[in-house]
Amino acid sequence: MSTEAAAAVSLAGVTKIFERGQTHALDEIDLEIAPGELVSLIGPSGCGKSTLLRIIGDLVEPTRGTVLVGGKSAHQARLDRDYGMVFQEAVLYDWRTVAKNIALPLELAGWDRSRRTDRVKEMVELVELAGFEGHHPWQLSGGMQMRVAIARALSFDPKLLLMDEPFGALDEMTRERLNLELLRIWEASRSTVVFVTHSITEAVFLSTRVVVMSPRPGRVAGVVEIDLPHPRTADTREEPRYFELATQLRELLRGRTAEAVH
Amino acid sequence: MVVIWLGGKGLPVWVPVAVIAAYLTFFPVAINTLRGLDSAQPRALELMRSYAASPWETLWKVKLPASLPYVFSALKVAATASVVGAIIGELPSSIQDGLGGAILNFNQYYSIDPAALWATNIVAATLGIAFFLAVVLVEKLVVRAAPEHVA
Repeated sequence: MSTEAAAAVSLAGVTKIFERGQTHALDEIDLEIAPGELVSLIGPSGCGKSTLLRIIGDLVEPTRGTVLVGGKSAHQARLDRDYGMVFQEAVLYDWRTVAKNIALPLELAGWDRSRRTDRVKEMVELVELAGFEGHHPWQLSGGMQMRVAIARALSFDPKLLLMDEPFGALDEMTRERLNLELLRIWEASRSTVVFVTHSITEAVFLSTRVVVMSPRPGRVAGVVEIDLPHPRTADTREEPRYFELATQLRELLRGRTAEAVH
Repeated sequence: MVVIWLGGKGLPVWVPVAVIAAYLTFFPVAINTLRGLDSAQPRALELMRSYAASPWETLWKVKLPASLPYVFSALKVAATASVVGAIIGELPSSIQDGLGGAILNFNQYYSIDPAALWATNIVAATLGIAFFLAVVLVEKLVVRAAPEHVA
């Protein structure tokens, strides 16, 4: 493990209690994520995995505990534009074209027009959407919209990519395709990714490590190293080790949350 | 009442009429604009937060564009209401050569010359439609990119 200053994300004793209804969402979460990792947070709905992601991204304040992102406070990291965020819905701006959606964070960061144009071209190629730059979001399929959202999140080279069930609303085939694309993009950009999912197989396929969470209050039930070799391909899904790891995760989930997981 | 009150202030005669027309259109447009500014998805605003956007940038780049469909549907209603307001406002005013004055005038001669009153009605209706179409045109230019289901 790297030193604390170099950790991409370092959580210590992170606890979140929502005032309204006194919901104890997260309890004493300790977690270190090294630069370049792709860590999945998995757990049944209501285990606080999205809340944890939002705490890392400084969209929600923890009740207690410290959050360091690249050695800085989460707040400072947000102001420094260290985060790329992708939600379950693509959340594209309907009045902007694909190219302008991708360029939005660059506009805010004060990039000049020619630099923006070059970058957008690069990103459009990265997510294989060349030819669709002038389209509007509603003219694209769900999978394509999600690729625009990923391109937008990566456009300004954030140190940390935070993804909250980005492929949860997509069909199985699109999802598997985008899983492969995400791995390719991650390997190309060497950024750190924190990925929230409720899919066991998706977590195994994508991650370097999977953090299993138990619900109410959300705790870390276990951390599983995914030792499948890189680069992963469609064949990875047929390896015995892939199934072993999926079973291991399933058991960890079942151990703590008997009713919540079928 | 507004017309009589403002009429006694030495202002140009059209001012009280304009005030009535504005009064009739201001609230529907203001309320819809506020609703529109609030219509941006919470996720869209969170995204702006994650880009460290200033409140001003969020207003300009997200809230305002998201509000436009609301603003324009209110403006379409207001365009016709403003004509109604102007005509009604003219009735108690001293403007004789306006549409409201003409309606009042021709109303008295309806039994002799019914066509004149109907002509004023047609002119009033055409004016309302023209205002409406003007707003539609501006909307087409400004919200060019809006998907069909929003407009």
